[in-house]
Amino acid sequence: MAANTKSKEVVLNNYESVIIFTPVLSEEQLKEVVSKYRSMITENAGELVHEENWGLTKLAYTIDKKTTGFYHIYEYKAAGDFVAKFELAFRRDERIMRFLTTALDKDALIYNQRKRNGEFNQPKKEKLEGKENGKK
Amino acid sequence: MAKSNSQVNPAMVFSTTPEAKQRKKYCRFKKNGIKYIDYKDGKFLLKFVNEQGKILPRRLTGTSLKFQRKVALAVKRARHLAVLPYVADGLK
Repeated sequence: MAANTKSKEVVLNNYESVIIFTPVLSEEQLKEVVSKYRSMITENAGELVHEENWGLTKLAYTIDKKTTGFYHIYEYKAAGDFVAKFELAFRRDERIMRFLTTALDKDALIYNQRKRNGEFNQPKKEKLEGKENGKK
Repeated sequence: MAKSNSQVNPAMVFSTTPEAKQRKKYCRFKKNGIKYIDYKDGKFLLKFVNEQGKILPRRLTGTSLKFQRKVALAVKRARHLAVLPYVADGLK
């Protein structure tokens, strides 16, 4: 353990943070911010489990007069007090429009694992799209 | 007497209420063994909101109480992340 004042062993919990970055960022800038928060997790005795980037995605409603945003998802293990630090950094960052951190329970962990393995079927989505087109 | 439709349930034939023809509602999560509802999956959550983006009641979707709570939480999280709208017109 690091030079923490606590002598007890740190319990790591599972969390997931979804961040929406402003669409104004260039690709390089986006990479830089993403890696900044990635390193923040690992530097604070956390462990990055998975990362996902949706790219430029349309928002359901405007945020800060923007209609699109870069979605980025971190799935990680960290101590409980880390989340407050992490979110404080989000609030101070002007490049972040919106964020949400959730604690993952055991069902969520299984779900994410299965999703990563690509167990969820694709053809269903195609059907839905077909319906939408038919209505219009 | 009508021509022999012996397989048709007579109660269904003579009933004028639409409910009689409907199958019994069931909780899709219980039936399919879904335990976690992903708030990032907007397309899936669209099944549980009406055209205005309001959460549909249990009496319409048939969802069990346990999962209705989870659906509500997932929809609210999705709204915060602009995956679903707070207010909409003609969502479907």
